[in-house]
Amino acid sequence: MRKAVLIALPYLWLTALFLVPFLIVLKISLSDIALARPPYMPQFDPAAGWQGFLTFLSELDFENFAFLATDDLYWKSYLSSLQIAGLSTLITLGVGYPIAYAMARADQAWRPTLLMLVILPFWTSFLIRVYSWMGILSNEGTLNTVLLWLGVIDTPLQIMNTPTAVYIGIVYTYLPFMVLPIYSALEKLDDSLLEAAEDLGCSQLSAFWLVTWPLSRSGIIAGCFLVFIPALGEFVIPSLLGGSDTLMIGKVLWEEFFNNRDWPVASAVAVILLLILIIPIVLFQRNEQKAREAEG
Amino acid sequence: MRRFSWFNATSLSLGFAFLYLPMILLVIYSFNESRLVTVWAGFSTKWYAELFRDQEFLDAAWVTLKVGVFSSTLATILGTMAAYVLVRAGRFHGRTLFSGMIYAPLVMPEVITGLSLLLLFIGIGLDRGVFTIVLAHTTFSMCYVSVVVSSRLATFDRALEEAALDLGCSAFSAFRLVTLPIIAPAVISGWLLAFTLSLDDLVIASFTTGPSATTLPIKIFSAVRLGVSPQINALSTLLIGIVAIGVITASIVTKRAAVAQARDEQQAARTA
Repeated sequence: MRKAVLIALPYLWLTALFLVPFLIVLKISLSDIALARPPYMPQFDPAAGWQGFLTFLSELDFENFAFLATDDLYWKSYLSSLQIAGLSTLITLGVGYPIAYAMARADQAWRPTLLMLVILPFWTSFLIRVYSWMGILSNEGTLNTVLLWLGVIDTPLQIMNTPTAVYIGIVYTYLPFMVLPIYSALEKLDDSLLEAAEDLGCSQLSAFWLVTWPLSRSGIIAGCFLVFIPALGEFVIPSLLGGSDTLMIGKVLWEEFFNNRDWPVASAVAVILLLILIIPIVLFQRNEQKAREAEG
Repeated sequence: MRRFSWFNATSLSLGFAFLYLPMILLVIYSFNESRLVTVWAGFSTKWYAELFRDQEFLDAAWVTLKVGVFSSTLATILGTMAAYVLVRAGRFHGRTLFSGMIYAPLVMPEVITGLSLLLLFIGIGLDRGVFTIVLAHTTFSMCYVSVVVSSRLATFDRALEEAALDLGCSAFSAFRLVTLPIIAPAVISGWLLAFTLSLDDLVIASFTTGPSATTLPIKIFSAVRLGVSPQINALSTLLIGIVAIGVITASIVTKRAAVAQARDEQQAARTA
């Protein structure tokens, strides 16, 4: 009896506030925009009974999805989101791996402090960390001021409102998500394996490539997914640092909803985004499971 | 012990410079007299004074705090229950769906979570404001809490609980006297995580709020959309300071606790 209550409470909460809302999105994505309140049709009227339900069903269609496929704004946004998320994941890996590696090589006594220094930004407001780059990258910002003063450039670089700024923003804000899983994989690495490799004639570089890199692979994969998945639907970074020509699907969805007030199209955009995300999520789950089995 | 090469030293210093320089610059410029961000015109705390005179910011801070406390407390209760169910309840009808609903919000893009909740609230005719933001924040942060708590529950020795039951505890008092103190660190960090997530959230709050409730992130976002503002720099500095103090205190407390525990265990081993 008590167990039933324990299960029921979180179960009902999540059903009502996670599952049902998502089904509503799915339903509205099949509706048409209307000049009404709420601004879509058909509306389901329970008073009309079974017959009303059937006509309601018959009025749903895939028109919005057809519209998404034909209007190149949308598929361009999906492609450019995928490109930005993918490329910035690789850059984050390039920046994060040496940090995680150096942390794992550092003296035992220093590691908790280093770990805390990586985690600290994660607790700091995401919005503020993105915002901090606006003062650095703008035309009269810190970076341009320093470069002009050094005489490296004659005219300010236009970085703000370009895809470059979006890349910097993503790499910066998601860096801890890359460093932490790689660090935890590297920390477990047994030093004697590297010594054995070197004794057997490996150079340091090939010992790294043949021993360290493969053994940290589960951390690398986990880190890449932890960066890629949230970066794909990112809204804050492209809207603060990116320009109007930096297309990312999270921002398109936001504008479709708030500026154009086209709820059905916004819902359809959301459904497609989720379908795209299912592939990396399933792969990520499989990686986690494999890592757990390897440990257990 | 392998040598710590110059390569490692360089990547650590560059890495931490990259992580911290933007925030340090933000803090420095919050004390700038000039409204122009990059022109240093002398030390001043006037932006802080202006911030504390701005009623809109104070109201937003109050709303944010209310939402944070309510939603993270609710999320901790529901999330701990969910973790208990996931780790302990064994098989039951709809278990796959249940664990799916726990993990899915963690990877769901915020724009989708926000959109779907807004459509629900409109669908059932709920007035949007503090209450709806609390509902929204509780929903996604309870999933984070349950992940944190369930990882602690999974490593916890059930024999302790069984011993309490054998010695005549009721199921509830066994939970209160044995299980809860052991999982308490995870429950507390779950609460802190939920609180931080709520304080930080812009996207979901923007979707689920109404005209009556503006949270701090919404206010910050609308203020910085058009460019840098020294007032926001001051606000950011305050927030960064609070977080830094919190995290450093927490890490010192946990370190002390770990040292004390190690000492107790040593003593116990000696007397045994």
